[in-house]
Amino acid sequence: MTQPHETSYSARNLWSGILFGIGAIAFIDEAVFHQLLHWHHFYDRSTTEVGLVSDGVFHAVSWFATIAGLFLLADLRRRHALHWGRWTGGVLIGAGSFQLYDGTIQHKVLGLHQIRYVDDLIVYDIVWHAVAIAMLVAGIVTVVRTRRSVAQPSEA
Amino acid sequence: MTVHAHGVGSAPTVDIALALLAAGAVAAYIAGVVISRRRGRPWPTGRAVLWCCGVAAGAASVIGPLADAAHDSFVAHMTTHLLAGMVAPVLLVLAAPVTLALRSLAVTPARRLSRVLGSAPARFVAHPITATVLSAGGLWLIYVTPIVDAMREVPLVHVAVHAHLLLAGYLFTAAVIGLDPRPHPSSRALVVAVIVLAMAAHAILAKYLYANPPEGFAVADVRAGAQVMYYAGAWVEAVVVVIFCARWYRAAAPRAATAP
Repeated sequence: MTQPHETSYSARNLWSGILFGIGAIAFIDEAVFHQLLHWHHFYDRSTTEVGLVSDGVFHAVSWFATIAGLFLLADLRRRHALHWGRWTGGVLIGAGSFQLYDGTIQHKVLGLHQIRYVDDLIVYDIVWHAVAIAMLVAGIVTVVRTRRSVAQPSEA
Repeated sequence: MTVHAHGVGSAPTVDIALALLAAGAVAAYIAGVVISRRRGRPWPTGRAVLWCCGVAAGAASVIGPLADAAHDSFVAHMTTHLLAGMVAPVLLVLAAPVTLALRSLAVTPARRLSRVLGSAPARFVAHPITATVLSAGGLWLIYVTPIVDAMREVPLVHVAVHAHLLLAGYLFTAAVIGLDPRPHPSSRALVVAVIVLAMAAHAILAKYLYANPPEGFAVADVRAGAQVMYYAGAWVEAVVVVIFCARWYRAAAPRAATAP
């Protein structure tokens, strides 16, 4: 009973990584930018109603994703089907896409809050999006390169 | 600060009735444990502790100093909501009261109970979607209608709102991480969807309150309370998600690993 599992474990490695990546970047956003640096604001008067909904949904998804991603990781480990390279690629894709969405749609279109309330905001925006795109590209490259080398589930 | 009709000791009969109700809930559960053990079916003490803590959390939201403070302080108001609607339900659900009742009741009432729980109306209110609407929807209703004002003026409304939060919270928690047997278990995908939806509704309401403070509370107080709701609520939700995922992890164990 090896054949039907190979593709699903490949996908499970990827999904575990993506979920954990979304959760981890949302956690860094909350812990570092909201709580430690106080750059981000809990609420900004420019926030639209759609912005509130988007923020709430992503808050919920990121909490769920962090925990579910780690349980999927534990499941892959006990099945000896964990492929760290593919998993890391998933993490980078999840983190990069969330940061890109947060920076473009949530910060700019929906007016949730800005990265920091300073004059040269553009510098912060450029760094923010450059990091997001770098993570996303690195993640896609990693996932494509590990496509064929996913660990076979052992029958231990 | 406005002066409210409610003062300390203005409704002692209500307080006494609620304290008796809480004591009755603890006594009934302990009686169930004793009967079940006498019949040779062990019952974990940890569950009885969870039940007592759950009853205490529910009671603290309607009687005692925190409940009194909730009439003037929005932070206290929000803390009572978290206790009644989230903390108490999780503790009570993990105590598996229905399983205990089925084990300790005599055959006829036990059959009657399981027939009631399996009936169409009971299954409808216990369905994950109904339970989510009752729980998250009810919370929204409090703040977009004059209920929030009535809660401060009329002590019974305060009690009724918390009773609703506790019952709806229990239904929701039982639907997503219940230990008690369910006649028709829900699909995992549906449960994931309602957990995420309920968490989102909670976070959105917290920020909505931050942006639109209810009248009669100081703005700074409401903002602090909204953040309590957002962050403390998220931690209780995280506990629910961990339990849900752990349940999946155990059920999905590969056969080779579970074989003796």
